[in-house]
Amino acid sequence: MTESWPRRLLANLVLLVPPLVGLLCVLVGVAPSGISAIDAAGPALTLMLVYFWTIFQPALLPPPAVFIIGLLQDTLSGAPIGLGTLILLGVQQFVAHERRVFTARTFTIAWLGFGMVAVLATAAGWLLGSIHAGLLLEVRPFLGQVLLSVTLYPVVSWLFGQIVRGLKSLEAFR
Amino acid sequence: MQRFAFAALLMLSVGLIILGKLDSVLIERGRAVVVDLMAPVLDAVAQPIGSIKKGVAAVDSWFNLYAENQALHEENERLRAWASTARRLAVENAAYRDLLHVRSEPRARFVTTRIVAESGGPFARSVVVDAGADNGVRAGQIGLSGSGVVGRVLATGRRSARLLLLTDLNSRVPVALEGVGARGVLEGDNSSLPRLSYLPGVVRVHPGDRVVTSGIGGMFPPGLPIGAVEAVTNGVVRVRPWVRFETLDFVKIVDYDAEPDPVPDPQPPIGPPLPALNTPALNTSSGAVSGTSGAAPAANGDAGAQDGAGAQPPAPAAKPAPAAQ
Repeated sequence: MTESWPRRLLANLVLLVPPLVGLLCVLVGVAPSGISAIDAAGPALTLMLVYFWTIFQPALLPPPAVFIIGLLQDTLSGAPIGLGTLILLGVQQFVAHERRVFTARTFTIAWLGFGMVAVLATAAGWLLGSIHAGLLLEVRPFLGQVLLSVTLYPVVSWLFGQIVRGLKSLEAFR
Repeated sequence: MQRFAFAALLMLSVGLIILGKLDSVLIERGRAVVVDLMAPVLDAVAQPIGSIKKGVAAVDSWFNLYAENQALHEENERLRAWASTARRLAVENAAYRDLLHVRSEPRARFVTTRIVAESGGPFARSVVVDAGADNGVRAGQIGLSGSGVVGRVLATGRRSARLLLLTDLNSRVPVALEGVGARGVLEGDNSSLPRLSYLPGVVRVHPGDRVVTSGIGGMFPPGLPIGAVEAVTNGVVRVRPWVRFETLDFVKIVDYDAEPDPVPDPQPPIGPPLPALNTPALNTSSGAVSGTSGAAPAANGDAGAQDGAGAQPPAPAAKPAPAAQ
C-alpha cells in the first residue's frame, strides 16, 4: 500500500514528459535565432514531436496536450491563433489513422513518412494562412521550413528516441 | 472518447481562428497576457540560444577577419569625411531652423529592450521584447536600431511587448524616396524584402535609392531611415531594410508622442526703432549721418552687437544717399 502512491506519482510524471518536451520545442522554436530575418522559418519542432509521439507512444500525447502545445506556439510566435493548433491536431489524427504505415521497420521509411507529413502539413498551413490573410502568402518561408524540418528530423527524432527509451526503462523499473 | 475530444478541440481551434478575425483586439490582449506570463521563461531560453548565435558569429568572423578589417578601414575613412560634413550641416541646419522659427521636432523618450523571442514560423514576422507597459512602452511606438527602423509596437503586456517587423505581412509604413520626395507605402509580405507600393507613376526608381519614413499619417515621424531600393522588377519595387534582423539583439523603442517644445516667439529686434517708411525727412537725415561720419557702428553703438537688428538701419540709409546728391 505504501509503495503504490510513489508508483502512481511516477506514472503520472511520465505522462507529463511528452507535453513538457512539446513546451520546450515551442520555446526553442521561438527563441531569437535570427532565422525569421532570412526568407525562411525555423524547423517545425512541434510537428516532429507530434509525428514522433503519435507513432511511438500515442497514449502519452493525447489531443488536449497537442491542443495546448499548438495554442502556445501560435500565441508566442505571433501566428493567427488556432491555425497551428488546427494543423497539429490534423497531423495527429492523420498519423494515428495511418499508424501502421508509419510504424516502419527502417528509419528511412519513417523519415520519408515525416517528409510527406511535413509537406502536407505545410501546404495546409499555407492554404489556411492565405485564406486567413485574404491573399496568397509568400511561399519561400514555408518551403524553407519544410526543408529545414526534413533535414533536422534525424537529429531531433534521435533526441526524442532517447527520451522514449528513458521513459520505457522507468516503466520497466516500476 | 478520444474521437470526441479531437472533434471538440478541432471546433475550438476553428472558433479561435474566427474569433481572431472578428475581434482581433480581444485576441491580441489575450496574447499579450500569455506572452507576459511566459516572458521570464522566454528570457531564460533566449540566453543559451543567444550564446550559440554569438559563438557561430564569432567563428564565422574568424574566417574573414582580414577582409572585414580592410572593409572597416575603408568605411571608417568614408565615415570620417561624412562626420565632418554632418557636423557642418547640423550647425547650418540649426541656424536655419532658428531663423525660420521651425516648429521643433518632437522630443523623444526611448527605452532599450532585448529581444527574447521571434516568430520562428512562416506566418508572421514579429519579435517579443523584454519591456512593456511598466517601462513606458505602448502600442504604436517605434522600434529602432542603430541602422534604421525595425518596426512598431503592436501590443504590450506589463513586462513584454510585441513588435511587428517591417517585413511582416501586416506591416504598412508610409515612406518617401529621399531626395526625390516621392511618397509611397512600404508593404511587408513576410519575405525579407518588403515592397514599395503606391508610388506616383512618373517617378523613376533605381536600385540604391534611399527610402525613409514620410511621416504621413502620424504613426512614424518623418525622415527615419528604412532602407535602400534593392531591385525593380516588372514594376515591383523591393526594398532591403538597413536593419539586419538576423543579428539584431537589442531594439530601442522610441516614444515620439511627447509634445514638442512650443514654437519660440520671434524675438523683437533690439536697437533703435526702424525709421518709418513714409517720412522722407527722417530718412535723408539718417542717410546724412551715416554718409558723413562714415562710422555707422559708432552711431548706433549699443545696437552694433545685435547684427540682425544693427545691420538693418544702414541698408535703407544707403539707398536715399545717391538720391540726395
